[in-house]
Amino acid sequence: MTHFIEVFFQALPLLMDGLKFTMELAIISIIFGLGIGMLIAILRVYGGKFSYTLSTAYVELIRGTPLLVQLFILYFSLPQIGIHLSPLVASIISFSLNSGAYQAEYIRGAIQSVERGQMKAAFSIGMTKWQSIRLVIMPQALRKVIPSWTNEFVYLIKYTSLAYLVGVPELTAQGEFVASRNFEFMNVFSGVALIYLSVILVITWLFSNLEKKVKIPGV
Amino acid sequence: MEFFLSSMSVILRGTGVTVKLTVTSLFLGAIIAVFVALAQVYGKWWLNFIATAYERVLRSIPILIIMFMIFFGLPTFGIRFDPFIAAVISLGLRSSAYQSQIFRGALLAVSEGQIMAARSLGMTGVQTFFHISFPQAVRFSIAPMTNEFTIVLKDTSIAYALGVTELLREGTYIVSTTYEPLLIYSMCAAIYFVITFGTNKFVSIMEKGFAIPGYEVRGVERG
Repeated sequence: MTHFIEVFFQALPLLMDGLKFTMELAIISIIFGLGIGMLIAILRVYGGKFSYTLSTAYVELIRGTPLLVQLFILYFSLPQIGIHLSPLVASIISFSLNSGAYQAEYIRGAIQSVERGQMKAAFSIGMTKWQSIRLVIMPQALRKVIPSWTNEFVYLIKYTSLAYLVGVPELTAQGEFVASRNFEFMNVFSGVALIYLSVILVITWLFSNLEKKVKIPGV
Repeated sequence: MEFFLSSMSVILRGTGVTVKLTVTSLFLGAIIAVFVALAQVYGKWWLNFIATAYERVLRSIPILIIMFMIFFGLPTFGIRFDPFIAAVISLGLRSSAYQSQIFRGALLAVSEGQIMAARSLGMTGVQTFFHISFPQAVRFSIAPMTNEFTIVLKDTSIAYALGVTELLREGTYIVSTTYEPLLIYSMCAAIYFVITFGTNKFVSIMEKGFAIPGYEVRGVERG
């Protein structure tokens, strides 16, 4: 145990450098993903036939294929058509696109759980469709989506470790780097696991507080 | 065309490994999951505590780290696995944490009244479990298990990092000799998609066949 603590604290500065990249990847991707998710969800619920088909195809394709394959397609094949992305940018784009599809499903469920009568009520006081989505439906749907959204954030933090495979120096990559120099694989990776675990615990706690704070009383 | 055919045979070989990896991991996960769920539902407080800690910890660590701990970490203690076995153990352990939650939910969904009815007929606790709770819980688990299948199938691609020659790695071998990343990786994606989509359709048909009339449970989880 003392040996583990010693190894862990020796590795800590490098692991913290990695954690910065991990959080950067996760936070930027979850925010872009939220934008994509809201757009896709609205298209799927309120869109015409064409936009419904298109957005459903997007969601099904993304959810039916592994994230790692999506990342490889983006990172290794775009240079073929002359677009060179850095590992970090490629990872952020593919994580955002992926997370967007999942978030779309959560938001769609939340939108559909808002009572139908409210849309009619909004229309009857003279709001346009876009106004009622933006001012009446979305504020409620986004509150309802917080628990599953927290889950999604946790997933995303864990899956940012895949960015290591295209060369982003995030937490897993730093762990691998440290361990391959001091050969303390078990201790270093346990330390890395401990960091992921703590980050996830903190985030889950933060969002359950947020959920309570923005709750609409009586709903 | 020749190029297409020769790469197709390699890719199909990889697909075979991917499917094998998925099925064995799910099977291993299911066995462990039953015990974890039992400990959580029927266990004493300390058993419940251990099972819950096991489940929470495994659910909070990236699968890549679990794989690294088993493949690179365990040799420190003299335990060595080849990449395929290490991948099966990692995916199986991680999946057991998720499957235990599916199975726990399913066990709790069996109504209390039925258990009491069984006990009042003179069945023992073990009999009640095997004849009443378990058969229903397994049926309740089918729909959410499809999600779990999809997750495990997609995450077998991460075994790439350990050097298991599954679909994605076979694809990468072809890419490194032909330099056609877009074509090859899209082919891989298409295969994953066909398997997940096909299984989802197949299971939803099977689910209808096994359904207890009037009893439907559908779980929504990240698939």
